[in-house]
Amino acid sequence: MKRDFQVLGGRAPRVDAGDKVTGQALYAADLKRPGMLFGALAHSPVAHARIVGVNADRARSLPGVKAVLLGADVPQVRFGVSPARYDETVLALDRVRYAGDEVAAVAAVDPDTALAAAGLVEVEYEELPAVLDASAALLPGAPQIHDMYPGNICAEVHQEFGDVAQARAQAEVVRRDVFTSKMQSGAFLEPQCALAEFDHAGRLTLWSATQTPHYVQRTLAMVLGLPEHRVRVVMPRVGGGFGPKASASSMEIATCLLARATGKPVKTLFSREQVFLHGRGRHQFRHEMETGIRRDGTLVFLEHRAILDGGAFASFGIATVYYAGSLLAGPYRLPNMKYDGWRVVTNKPACGAQRGHGAVHARALFEQQLDLLAEEIGMDPFELRLKNVMQAGDVTCNELNMSSLGMRECLEAVRSDCGWDEKRRQGRRPGRGIGMACGFFVSGAGYPIYRSRTPHCTVRVRLDENGGGVQVLSGAAEIGQGSDTMLATITAEALGIPLDHVTVRSGDTDLALDLGAYSSRTTLMTGSAAKEAAESVLRQIQEALARATGEPAGDFSFVRGLLHLRGLPHCVEAIRAEFQKERRGYSGLPAEGPLTFREASRFAFLERGLITGAGQYRPPPLGGGFKGAAVGTSPAYGCSAQVAEVEVDLETGQVKVLRITGAHDCGQAVNRTQVEGQMHGSMSMGLGEALTEQVLFDARGRILNPNFSDYKIPTALDAPELRALIVDSHEPNGPFGAKEVGEGGIMPTIPAVLNAIRDATGAVIDELPATPERVLAAIRKLGRHGPAR
Amino acid sequence: MKRLIRLRVNGEPVETAVPANRTLLELLRDDLGLTGAKEGCGEGDCGACTVLLDGLPVSSCLVLALQAEGREVLTVEGLAQDGQLDLLQQAFVEEGGVQCGFCTPGMLLAAKSLLDAKPNPSEAEIRAAISGNLCRCTGYQKIVESVRRAADLRRAARRGP
Ligand code: FES
Ligand code: FES
Repeated sequence: MKRDFQVLGGRAPRVDAGDKVTGQALYAADLKRPGMLFGALAHSPVAHARIVGVNADRARSLPGVKAVLLGADVPQVRFGVSPARYDETVLALDRVRYAGDEVAAVAAVDPDTALAAAGLVEVEYEELPAVLDASAALLPGAPQIHDMYPGNICAEVHQEFGDVAQARAQAEVVRRDVFTSKMQSGAFLEPQCALAEFDHAGRLTLWSATQTPHYVQRTLAMVLGLPEHRVRVVMPRVGGGFGPKASASSMEIATCLLARATGKPVKTLFSREQVFLHGRGRHQFRHEMETGIRRDGTLVFLEHRAILDGGAFASFGIATVYYAGSLLAGPYRLPNMKYDGWRVVTNKPACGAQRGHGAVHARALFEQQLDLLAEEIGMDPFELRLKNVMQAGDVTCNELNMSSLGMRECLEAVRSDCGWDEKRRQGRRPGRGIGMACGFFVSGAGYPIYRSRTPHCTVRVRLDENGGGVQVLSGAAEIGQGSDTMLATITAEALGIPLDHVTVRSGDTDLALDLGAYSSRTTLMTGSAAKEAAESVLRQIQEALARATGEPAGDFSFVRGLLHLRGLPHCVEAIRAEFQKERRGYSGLPAEGPLTFREASRFAFLERGLITGAGQYRPPPLGGGFKGAAVGTSPAYGCSAQVAEVEVDLETGQVKVLRITGAHDCGQAVNRTQVEGQMHGSMSMGLGEALTEQVLFDARGRILNPNFSDYKIPTALDAPELRALIVDSHEPNGPFGAKEVGEGGIMPTIPAVLNAIRDATGAVIDELPATPERVLAAIRKLGRHGPAR
Repeated sequence: MKRLIRLRVNGEPVETAVPANRTLLELLRDDLGLTGAKEGCGEGDCGACTVLLDGLPVSSCLVLALQAEGREVLTVEGLAQDGQLDLLQQAFVEEGGVQCGFCTPGMLLAAKSLLDAKPNPSEAEIRAAISGNLCRCTGYQKIVESVRRAADLRRAARRGP
């Protein structure tokens, strides 16, 4: 379904780009308040210990120190992400659970003094045996990390759809593989930073580099014992999030408590090392999958076991362990799927949600298996996928409804763009490889994190009383992904006006409710609410014009900010004359031609008073009745296919990715430049996760590489040419047919790269990241045992 | 112990007293209120704090303020002239070289230094010039295209209408 749009689907610059290229855009660390103090945290140096004594005397007596808070000074209210797993406290009271656990918070007149004071807090630890990996944590007799997680199991999932035992009997080719990975960091460029201030009426404002102001507001209200309306959370510009900024942190809460203790504004800024200590990035996974097909390529069953090492706290872990299973049910028809997953706690930084959430490494193994199975039956990897691909209207075995799905179109787009058939025909060349993979992802979680029938967002669109201006007031979280531009575009499109008439204010709990930037929800959900609000505004203008002219309201519409009128514009003169009379002395007023939006909206205000439109979005009830059916449900799903071309040095195991070609179905693209940008970012992050990124620990659970020189994300020299092909479809549940692009694009990247490495070397990589050592080891193993099968 | 230093920042003379351990980044951000330069790591690894010192890119988190004595510093705030974006900024805006924007000030200055020395750089030269500036959002594709476009715009502007 092709529609003509005025601003939607174009390439307008981001609404915040001008401020960002001039340095005018302010991030949390750039903010200052009068009398502001600086906060710092003291962290446990040991992975697991009882706290037997704390002495803050030396810290308190350091000149310039205004407050020192210890575990006993802060509310002992547990918080976290999922209410059923609240397992964090602001500061450790009697026990630390990872090297990095917060034990004290300090406020001082400058950052150096605060840091020095944090270093002077003396804590006496009685070390306990630490558990540093998931398999050790599951052993009988393993040290227990939380009373609430017997056996160190924080969440487990057991699901079966169809009948796997019976299906196994029908499968003709079956593979069983194991795949493991390492903990990874979101590695956003802006470290977390928070600035808290109480006003004299006792109302708290927190400016924070968060991606979920609403959840932070709730957590602050809960821990500080305030009603929500006395807590305001504001996002300044935020320098990337990718998931780890999607929950309230001890640092944010401690900063508020310091502000309360001192009566002064307090700002706390993480160092890069603290970003790593706080963690909340990608879990460490162990996947074991058995997948069966028929000789004609039909996918028959998947039996999947996953163990997730989640670090010291639950964070998003329940959702992660569900996602790791449920999102394998598409984009291929898979009638029989069994999944057993365990999310385990260990004495390491907590893992949480990171782009693609729990589904990324599971997808990495599954798509490798599909390639290996295709090879076994002598089928091209594309053909195997095309044989099984779902289409719009299909429902997965776990009841996810593909209301739109351009999976086949994505496959065809990348296949022809990268010259796949030609390149495969040339046959294998040692050291050169090409590989492909697919993936899909939710456009917003079907349910909020806490149980509620709340709308997921509200939006108000407000007409400027003077006419011409339109303000969008939203709580959406602009973290760089472009949600402000999306809101401006959808609002402008709905009203029929140019983008420059629209101003977006967002990321502020005083403005509106919004669950935030996670699960790729904002375009579909907040976009829908903005559209509803804008349409209400348009109706009110139309009604004002209709009442004045006697013409039917439906006859009035705007195209690029000019009134389109069926019939005779006899009302225009009077409206224009009044507009001009109000503006004696002005220049550049509209003089002839159709009535402008500015004149019409001023007239509507004079006729009706303040014009605002309200919109909100709440997904319809989604998913099946089985336990955990909610996770993975979404009003819509985006999907992608990618091809990676690589060069592998067979002597050193060094992999160079030459090009990644990706196609993504985002429904109707809201802004093509931004869609491509999201796809590029996903591919680049996937590339880093595939080849270099891993958080490393020493034998005592301390991070060995908490910095960008040893934790390697791709540089401009590592990133290959990235080609982004947009596959437009129409999503019936999305605003103007739009759906996600923020996360789905990372799904195929890792397996496409690994499949390409296998094409180049014959070797199967069974552990991420594919460092030269691992690639070399896999090649050597091949020499001993012949090509992997 | 503070020392008085004189330097030029974005063309304006600055005279200020700094302690010996103050970094150029702190001087710019905290003393002069020029918060355009960002701190992504404070360890010389990310390039978010890149500014030009006598026309060459430096990680200002690793440079002492004292080392800027008598020299010319250009920050992102000094790029636009008379409220007009310069061509590099314009290209980043139009080509989508900006997402979260945290790497952007550093990227712009690294790119400016390249284009000032090499008006028509190859893609490899562009990538090398910004290889000390990490970006997590864009995969660099549109940043490289922005720099390419800026080079074209600059050469077109030089040729005149
Ligand atoms: S802040 Fe200077 S290089 Fe990262
Ligand atoms: S735009 Fe976000 S780090 Fe580059």
